[in-house]
Order: sequence, then structure tokens, then C-alpha cells
Amino acid sequence: MLQTAKRAGESAPANAPPHERYLEAFRWMLQTRIFEEKLTSLYRGGMITGGVYVGRGQEAVSTACGLFLQKGDVFAPLIRDQAGRAAFGEPLINVTRTYLGSRQGPMRGRDGNIHRGCPESGQLAMISHLGAMIPVVVGKLLAKRMKGEKGFIGLTTIGEGGMQTGATHEGMNIASVEKVPFVIVASNNHFAYSTPNDREFACAHLADRARGYGYEGHRVDGTDLAACLKVIGGAVERARTGGPPQLVVASLLRLAGHGEHDDASYVPAKMKKEPWAQDCVARTEQLILENNWADSETLKKWRSEISAEVEKAVETAQREAAPVGNEEDWCAVATRGMVDRV
Amino acid sequence: MSVTYLEAIREAQAHLLREDKRVFIYGQDISGKFGGAFKATKGLAAEFPNRVLNTPISEDAMVGTAIGAAMEGMRPIVEMQFADFSSVALNQILNNAGTQYWRTNIPCPITVRLPSGGTKGSGPFHSQSMEAIYSHYPGLVVVAPATVEDAYTMLIDAVAIDDPVIYCEHKYLYYHLKADALPKDRLPIGKARVVRPGRDLSIVTYSAMVHEALAVAREFSAGGVEIEVVDLRSVKPLDTDTVLASVARTGRLLCVGESFPWGGATAEIIARVATEGFHLLDAAPARINAKDTPIPYHPNLWSEHRPNAKSIAAKARQILAE
Repeated sequence: MLQTAKRAGESAPANAPPHERYLEAFRWMLQTRIFEEKLTSLYRGGMITGGVYVGRGQEAVSTACGLFLQKGDVFAPLIRDQAGRAAFGEPLINVTRTYLGSRQGPMRGRDGNIHRGCPESGQLAMISHLGAMIPVVVGKLLAKRMKGEKGFIGLTTIGEGGMQTGATHEGMNIASVEKVPFVIVASNNHFAYSTPNDREFACAHLADRARGYGYEGHRVDGTDLAACLKVIGGAVERARTGGPPQLVVASLLRLAGHGEHDDASYVPAKMKKEPWAQDCVARTEQLILENNWADSETLKKWRSEISAEVEKAVETAQREAAPVGNEEDWCAVATRGMVDRV
Repeated sequence: MSVTYLEAIREAQAHLLREDKRVFIYGQDISGKFGGAFKATKGLAAEFPNRVLNTPISEDAMVGTAIGAAMEGMRPIVEMQFADFSSVALNQILNNAGTQYWRTNIPCPITVRLPSGGTKGSGPFHSQSMEAIYSHYPGLVVVAPATVEDAYTMLIDAVAIDDPVIYCEHKYLYYHLKADALPKDRLPIGKARVVRPGRDLSIVTYSAMVHEALAVAREFSAGGVEIEVVDLRSVKPLDTDTVLASVARTGRLLCVGESFPWGGATAEIIARVATEGFHLLDAAPARINAKDTPIPYHPNLWSEHRPNAKSIAAKARQILAE
């Protein structure tokens, strides 16, 4: 399931980038940006039922979350983790099938958009209730330890909005109590839907909470890919080598609405000029070209490869049949003898 | 030698821990020498170290952790200290455990033990019966054993089921019920049992109310009226066939439940009998539940709040007089 193909070095860069996986990471960011722009256009064209939720502005953090995970690890992505899901190995076709309602998608029409997952390959299917996936990751890790597995970690993402739920508190605490190899990466994208930070929390910095839970806490500029790779990669490594649970808090701005139905007109113009409001994809691309870590021909080639992959995934899903009610078994239990005959 | 309802629950867990390496128990105060608020796990931690685990007071995270472990192939049993506190974990139980298999095709075999129902002096937050809430949501199996034998076999069966099972154990029965020995036979989950045959009225009930109904049936039998008592055993799935067969014999139906009156198991049974067996009824079906108030603390109030042999008998007379 895990895609580890290194695409860096297809044409030899003149200089070494600031992290050995920098270019590989940027390609996932680029794929995500191009793919989500396609999703948005399909949504605007009325081709997608339900919402579309994108991770615009959060691609660097999310990529770093998926990139350092290995087979046997557990990843519980959230709403803005297209990049991390892809970097951990989710094929694009799973996403297009879910969004476009193909019966061949992992959720078979039973759930949609960002709720998709493939638990058998380590990617959990989130529920909408924030913080709820944290103890599920803990349980997976606890079970792996009971079964004698070694070397695994679990990583989940959250936003500054989700950090305010009771479930998050219980989950973060129990991860510490169980001493499981756990990383939680929180993106402070400055809005819980439309509510700004000053009505979300009142502590000086969310990373300060790490100490209260017995975690190691880290802050990172979520628009700086090199920093994200270093800090999140480092947290994953700490957890994998016996460190306590890790909390990473990234600062960035959500460069989209909560979903594509939301024009985000509540984001003040002044805020968009903050350093943490930069577009991580544009910033990374600019740095790559300025420093000649890859040339413009390589990036152009990536864009065209990605566009072709995206078009293929969309076309395939669009050709596939939708689920139909009279072929659905309408059975929510796994044990057939336990079906209630209403 | 005799076995109480509580001992049967402990013995079932000991059996499960012994026979199945995937089983572990997760709950508050259940480990060490303490062995749980009601001692349902007493001695188990010593025999099965690292498989009877104390948790923080975090019902939501306890169930979430069990869900993750179950998805990873384990068979966790979560002990809620009181059924009432499972409301803190409603989100995990209803939205995560209850939807997991439907959404992802990965089963979620957790068993959540709920010490349920009223006892004297326990008040509003240590007395609740929550089977109605859990039965309302898809993806869950909800059982409520009324006997020592069922407490034992149904817990073992609950853990074997590939779905989340809400196991409602009645606290009043913990010490009041005794059997001579642990059972050798079992009736599967999903099957109701006719615990006393009769021809004049069917009382359909479950959990501790089975014993109140039996007391009424014995009383009426002395006067020549024979009440049939059906123990549902599992609230979901509901064994409608056994209920309809009983109503076909008696023509009269009274449903009794200890939970609050709005909706719930008793309303569901009457809806099903009225829909599928209207022609079998010689009188309007009736039901009796606890009152629509929080559960009172004082024994004088508590004993009037829940259905009891007296109030069940009064309702039975009304139906029989029709």
C-alpha cells in the first residue's frame, strides 16, 4: 500500500535541498494542490454530491505527517489531509471514487468525501466528531503491543478547533497513560469553521499543553516545508524510538473556506498578510527554483504527470456505476444472526 | 455450592481470559486487589497480569481505545463503573463502534458491560437502564440477561460476536440471584425464552423485571389466572417471533421495562405486535415503565418510580378485565 517511490532526482538538481525528502514531499504537495483544484471545479460544476473539503495552505504539514509513516503504522487523518493520505499510500482512485460516488470506492457509497479510510492498511476512517479518533489510534497501538509487534507508531492530526473538545483531552491523556508511541500534529489554521482563535482557547500557545499531558511539545511554521519535515519527522522518530507522545503545533492559515460551500469572507484582509498566512506550495516552489534544488523543467514535468494521473482517476471513477438501494444489503452488523427484523 | 449473578459474570470473564488471548478487560478500578466497584473482576488481575487494565476516568477514551484494539483483532471488554456513565461514551459507542463495520467492512467486536438498573438509595446517576438508547442506533447488539445462567453464557457469546455488544447487567440481581452451578447449555443471543407458560396474559419483559413479572404470575396463578412470562434476553435483536407466538396463545399483552417510558423496548414490542399480530389481540396491549422523572434517591420514592409486582399486577388486572 505504501508508495515510497522517490521522485526526486529525476533531473539532477544543482544543490542539495534542506531535507533529503524535500523534493519528494513537494511533489505530494503539488499533487494535492492540483488534485484538490480539480475536486473544487467538479464541485462547482455540480458533479459532487455533499461537501468538498480541501487542505489548501496545509499541504506541507499534512505531507510531513504521511511521509515518515511506514507499513504497520497507524494514521488517522482528518479533514485537511489529502496530502498526508497520499504520502502514506492512499491511491488517488480511492479519493475520486469516494467523492464521485462510485460503488467501487472504499466506502461503497455508504460514506463520503473525507470520511474515507482503509483501516486494513493502517488509514482509519474518521468520524466527524473531533478528537474521537485519538483513542482509536491508542487502541490500535495498544493491541499491536499486546500482539508483540515492534517498531510501529500512530499519528493523528487535529486542528486548533478540535483541540478544544473533551474527547481530545481524554484521548491525549490516555495515550500518555498507556505509553504508546503516538504523535498528534495540530494545525492551528486560525479558524474553527468561522470562529477565530480568541473564541477558541485562551492559553498563550497550544504547544504548552504538551507538558500537562506528559508529551514533548514542538512548534513549527506550517508554511515552511523544511521545518515541517524536520519537526514532524523528528517527532515521528522520537515516538518510534521510545520517546513519550509528541505534540506538534503548526501555525498556518486555512487558504480556503471550511468547505467549498464557504467563501471564508470572515477572514480579515490583514490576517492574510501575516507570515504564517503564506501559501506553502507557492513558497516551497519559489525556494526550489531560487536555490536550484530542481529546475523549472522538472517541475513542469511533475505538473503534467500529476494532471494526467488526476484526470485518469477522475475519468475512471466517473465511468463506474453508482451504488443502488435495491442491491445494498442494508445490514449494519457483521454477524448475520444479529440482524434485527424490524 | 451456589453461584450468584455477579459471580457468573466474573467466571465468564475468567473463562474468556483463559480461553482467548485476544480478550482483555478495560475499565476503572478493575485491576489490582480492588477488582472493580462491584468486584466483577476480583482476582482476575492476579491471574491474568496485563490483561485487566485500570483506566483513567475517561469513558469516551476507554471505549475509543477498545474500538481501536478490536479493529486490530483483539476482543476487549469495557467495564463501565455504572451504566449511567456510559453517556459520556455515547459518541464512541454510537458513532464510532456502531458505524465502523457498515462504513469500512472492518468488524468492531467490543463488549461494553453496563452495571444497570436501580437499587435502593442509588439516585439519579447510579440507577439508569440505557438499553433503549443503544437499541435505537444501528450496528449494536443489546443484551440484558435476567438469570445467573444467562449472565454467564451471554457474556461469553457477546465477546464471540463480531459486533459491538452492549451487555446490560442488573445491579439488583448481582447478589439476589443464585444458581446451583454454572450452566452447561445455552440459548443463543437473539432468542427470547418463555420462562413461565400461561394462557391468559403474556408479560414480555427483560432483566430484573422478569422476576417482578414472575412474582405477579405466581400470585395470579393462585386465583386461577395463568400468566405467561417471556424473557426477551436480548433487546436487539428482538425475538418478535417468540413474542407473537406467546400473544397467539394468550390474546393479551403487557410489556414491562425498568427504563424511562418514552419510546424504548416496551413501545417497540407493542408496535411490532400491533403491526404484525393485531388479529391475535383480544384486548389493547399495554406497557408499564419507570416514571418520566429522574430516578429518585429515597427508597420510598424509588420503589414507586420503577415498575414493581404491585403496579404490574394492577395493570395486569386492567388488561384481563377488558
